[in-house]
Amino acid sequence: MEPIQIIQILAFLLLTTLALVVSGKKYVGIYRNISMGKSEESAPNRILRWKNMLRIALGQGKMFANLPVAILHLCVYVAFVFTQIELIEIFADGITGSHRILYNSIQSSWFTGLYTAIISTIEVLSLLALIATFFFLARRNMLSIPRFRKAEMEGWPHRDANIILYWEIVLVTCIFLMNGADAALHPDEYGFVISSNLGPSLLGSFSENTLHLLERIGWWGHITGVFVFLIYLPYSKHLHILLAFPNTFYARQRPAGHIENLESVTQEIKLMMNPDTAFAAADPSAEIPTFGAKDIGDLTWKNLLDAYSCTECGRCTDQCPANLTGKKLSPRKVMMDTRDRMEELAAFRKSSGEEHDGKSLLSEEYVSVEELRACTTCNACVEACPVMINPLDIIIQMRRNLILEQSNSPEEWNALFNSIENSNAAWAFPASDRLKWTEN
Amino acid sequence: MDLQVKTIAQLTAEGQSVDVLFWVGCAGSFDDRAKKITRAFAKILQHCEVNFAVLGTEEGCTGDPAKRAGNEFAFQMAAHMNIEILNGYGVKNIVTTCPHCFNILKNEYPGLGGSYDVVHHTTFLQNLINEGRVKLTDADVFKGRRITYHDSCYLGRANGIYEAPREVLAQLDTELVEMKSCKSKGLCCGAGGAQMWKEDEPGKERINTRRSREMADTKADIVAANCPFCITMLRDGVSKQNLEGEMHVFDLAELVAAGQGIQDINLD
Repeated sequence: MEPIQIIQILAFLLLTTLALVVSGKKYVGIYRNISMGKSEESAPNRILRWKNMLRIALGQGKMFANLPVAILHLCVYVAFVFTQIELIEIFADGITGSHRILYNSIQSSWFTGLYTAIISTIEVLSLLALIATFFFLARRNMLSIPRFRKAEMEGWPHRDANIILYWEIVLVTCIFLMNGADAALHPDEYGFVISSNLGPSLLGSFSENTLHLLERIGWWGHITGVFVFLIYLPYSKHLHILLAFPNTFYARQRPAGHIENLESVTQEIKLMMNPDTAFAAADPSAEIPTFGAKDIGDLTWKNLLDAYSCTECGRCTDQCPANLTGKKLSPRKVMMDTRDRMEELAAFRKSSGEEHDGKSLLSEEYVSVEELRACTTCNACVEACPVMINPLDIIIQMRRNLILEQSNSPEEWNALFNSIENSNAAWAFPASDRLKWTEN
Repeated sequence: MDLQVKTIAQLTAEGQSVDVLFWVGCAGSFDDRAKKITRAFAKILQHCEVNFAVLGTEEGCTGDPAKRAGNEFAFQMAAHMNIEILNGYGVKNIVTTCPHCFNILKNEYPGLGGSYDVVHHTTFLQNLINEGRVKLTDADVFKGRRITYHDSCYLGRANGIYEAPREVLAQLDTELVEMKSCKSKGLCCGAGGAQMWKEDEPGKERINTRRSREMADTKADIVAANCPFCITMLRDGVSKQNLEGEMHVFDLAELVAAGQGIQDINLD
């Protein structure tokens, strides 16, 4: 083995270890952050859940509401999944210091054929992904598509979206540089559908040394790009490529209109209604129940998984009747705020060792009262989400906190509650009026 | 003419059983426009000889607006009282003309001890038509009219019922035109989530104003709806578009009753 090979193996191992340690720490952190949430009701009906995951996450079932965009997204997605096959050989080459170890070690015609077919497929998919990426960049930066231009997308979220797209271009370019230079070095081998044609004609005039160098730049560029992507993922909105799977699996199966009954309230009412407990002295050791959600720890882990699964596409906000008519509420912002607040709280706990920083998700800094009040509970956001995120569930929990913990309610709603509590009606009519509709 | 509708208390006292309870809801009981829907549906039930009763003075708010506003306590107290009454009468089947009552009775009452077979009146009407019990002998009153259908959130997205009301409308002699946002993408009327009971948050326009533009674009003569709250909002939208007299908002029950010839309808 030549010294240059040994250096490359060591560099590869170092890079891999570094990438895995750095990203691993961050992924463990995300798991811990999600675990800050309360327990979630159990997940019955596993078969339906697997089906949902296959149809909606793997099969992108809900993307097809908008066919052209769904096809563009599908190109990037399939290319991403399929390229992982090539990554196997890149890894094997990196660890052993070899060149196309699979291709060179199995010398049978059927395997060579299969190999060429796979790499050619990856090339075609990569080209489609590249085209799609340019469309996406144009849609995001040149066209004025409302959901990409909302207030919550200003600054980092907009840059983040572009960084991912630019990175996609780097990754694809490196793959083509690697294959193209290799094909120019071995014009009679491989037969890759794009590189074996374009490589020799575009790069054929370069010297053998230059081509070797270009191949290495492509190879190292691609694998480094993959590692950078792996580390960048948990800092970006792009985690949905992983979390869409658990998120669709654990999404609630009941009708969208079914908002769960708050168990702590049911218990309180039971105690009130039971003559044995209603007048008994309160148990001083009993935990005082809290109602609704004010901060991260009050939400369930599924709400928090939802927040990390959000890729900020804005299909929810695009369908939200409150947002469409100019109100401050944006379901996407609720999810982004939940994630940002979760990160802030986790960082505070880590640095200070204390439980709570005195801030909360339900606040002017994050989700404000005005935003929460504008929701019509119409479920358009829930229906629109391609990865089954439920912003409404978080909104309802925070509305509960406003009313039940903070007594923060508009006057008109107080009148409504009084009516329901005192006249058993949504308006203050006497029960004796209930049959007036029969009179003419 | 007054409608002769029995309460479940009366029928129980007379020793008679009831097949289905008609849950009228607060809007259907107290709102003048919604009362007409209640009457239309009761007339259909009577005409089809359905053995039904109402709770009358014993009915209480289901607690839906309280729950959606965040007041789980007021909701569960209301539910508790209603469930005691419903279970006391041994009610098994419920039909209601309000999708909010339908949703909460069907989905959220079981967890508090109130399990019933709950259907919304659009599904009930579809079944009556399929069984041949509703005959639309006078459907030609709709001849040549364009009709559009507004999906309420609580029947549509909340419970996945998009086809039953459309199948009912298909029985009328009309042309059904869909709005830009329909079915699972249907645009809310703006009343849900207890918005009906308070002023809007600051914004560019009201939600029903936006919806009314979609309604106006269909150039329909009739907007069919299935929810008393939507109907309030949509009628308001019609007047915002200055389409009074040209575009009429009706509940499906009113259209069916007119098609049966048991209730007059004013389309002018």
